[in-house]
Amino acid sequence: MTDHVQQTTPARKPSRLARWRQSDLWWSFTHKPSAIIGAVILTFLIVTAFSAPLIAPQNPFDPAQLELWNSELPPIWEADGQWPYVLGTDTQGRDMLSAILYGSRISILIGVASVVLSLAVGLSLGLVAGYFGRFIDNFLMRIGDVLLSIPTILIAILVSAVARQMLPPELRDVGSAAVLVLAITLSAWVQYARTVRAQTIVERGKEYVQAARLLKTPARRIMLKHILPNTLTPILVAATLNFGMAILTEATLSFLGIGMPPSQPSLGTLIRLGNQFLFSGVWWVVLFPVVQLCLLVVSVNLLGDWLRDALNPKLR
Amino acid sequence: MIVFLIKRLANAVLVMLAVALLAFLIFRFAGDPVELMANEQMSQADRIELREKLGLNDSFLTQFGRFVGNAAQGDFGISYRNGQDVMKLIAERFPATMELALVATVLSLLIGIPLGVITAIHRGRWYSEGLQFISIIGVSLPSFVVGILLILVFAVTLGLVPAFGRGDVVQLGWWSTGLLTPSGRASLLLPSLALALYQITLVMRLVRAEMMEVLRSDFVKFARARGVPRWRIYFRHALRNCLMPVVTMTAMNFGSLIAFALITETVFQWPGMGMLFIQAVTFLDMPVMAGYLCIVSFIFVTLNTLVDIAYAVIDPRLRDATR
Repeated sequence: MTDHVQQTTPARKPSRLARWRQSDLWWSFTHKPSAIIGAVILTFLIVTAFSAPLIAPQNPFDPAQLELWNSELPPIWEADGQWPYVLGTDTQGRDMLSAILYGSRISILIGVASVVLSLAVGLSLGLVAGYFGRFIDNFLMRIGDVLLSIPTILIAILVSAVARQMLPPELRDVGSAAVLVLAITLSAWVQYARTVRAQTIVERGKEYVQAARLLKTPARRIMLKHILPNTLTPILVAATLNFGMAILTEATLSFLGIGMPPSQPSLGTLIRLGNQFLFSGVWWVVLFPVVQLCLLVVSVNLLGDWLRDALNPKLR
Repeated sequence: MIVFLIKRLANAVLVMLAVALLAFLIFRFAGDPVELMANEQMSQADRIELREKLGLNDSFLTQFGRFVGNAAQGDFGISYRNGQDVMKLIAERFPATMELALVATVLSLLIGIPLGVITAIHRGRWYSEGLQFISIIGVSLPSFVVGILLILVFAVTLGLVPAFGRGDVVQLGWWSTGLLTPSGRASLLLPSLALALYQITLVMRLVRAEMMEVLRSDFVKFARARGVPRWRIYFRHALRNCLMPVVTMTAMNFGSLIAFALITETVFQWPGMGMLFIQAVTFLDMPVMAGYLCIVSFIFVTLNTLVDIAYAVIDPRLRDATR
């Protein structure tokens, strides 16, 4: 009998996937069409962007593949369209579809990197401020107040412009992605830090934390192992919505000419380049990157909207 | 009340000092001011003299103190690029940006409030749900994309309105306005709409949420029972109770509207201070950058402080809460 139980318990214990399929989160996902649409679009965009070297008809960074006589070709459904330039070419003969796929990859990578970095900064500073309180809390939150009293886009522009100036000239093109991540992080971490700090102050007073302190658990361990997991739900929502914001900020900076250089164009850079030809009838060089950027951000925001509602205990 | 007032003002001053510090750091340490000002023919002796004249050899605190003192009097030095007084440059461009932001605010209220009311009363109808969905897209679209799309449709394809510039302007003292000429008004249309779109969606969502709450309250039920006409209930009684948060948000957001105007101004080649700032950024014209940062932050902080104080005057509970 005991043997029998021991044999069947592992089999009966649901796998991770099965548990996920039974969770409230999955249920709310399957019952919200906009979330499904968002997830499908986002997955498609990410997969196509990261398989760009495999599926793109052209490597837009390789000057040898650009032919000037193929420049300003309209999309394939127009009269002068040519295979394989499905979405047409720009003024230098660059295939728009390839440029957009590679550009999305840059945009997504910068977005992910800035969210990860601002999470790391915001979570650790928020935990420290909330857990230790007093001087360090006051100090960090004052800095946050100041950053919040300057419009975020201004912070990002200033950091990006000044940091670029500090870089030696030969590093400016290579370093622009890192500068952008830094600029977006500096304008975004405050929100995480505030959320985590508020939650940490609540959790700090609870019995399990007091018990851990009595057991002389190191402060770092209490913060990371005990308090942090209890603050993650609102952070997850904020991180999703901020991913969309980060992509937008990057696109805006690149559009203003202080982001990614034309040699490594992100979606924002492509829009900036295309915008110069707005009045010469070459509408496809600006419209397609715009559409791609909107699809990207809208799908992220649809997911964020769903997460916010699904994880909000008040709405359950 | 006086304690609250002093505390709130002290806080605002502190924030402004921090902003000034940031502006000063940018001006002083992002590149050497002497190298940026000097031209090739300048001799080493001239450079040293310029360094002394600018007071760059003084201690950090003295320099910062002088910077704050000058900034408080509206003196941000002279532009590296064309040698003009920074304050004068910004003052010339100020009316253009203000006009853009003010018209955008008016548009956002004129369009956002009715849409919010409609989606609240006709909840569940196809057009309300459609507007709700469009508002998510409106929040997701970056403002430069909105600008480009507007230009593409209304200026390039349809050719209805001009796509860039400010049209003819009329000088009223130091204020230049485009509102008095037909071409000025036509040029204002697209940029203000592009700037307002985000704000329209915010106002619409806020009014909708507030309306749905008010419509459930007892006084609305009573008015219905008394047989007051529906439109009168909606627009006279219910809407009035929704307007307070809308006014707050409009006032609070006006500062960021001015900041975000720099993107709209770049797209539409609108000669406001935002475009001045972006040009300064590309040319690393530090005094102009520092001046713009201080002025926009000043507007931002002043509005937020005024809204806070106004709230405390209206609602005494807030005074005690912050003490």
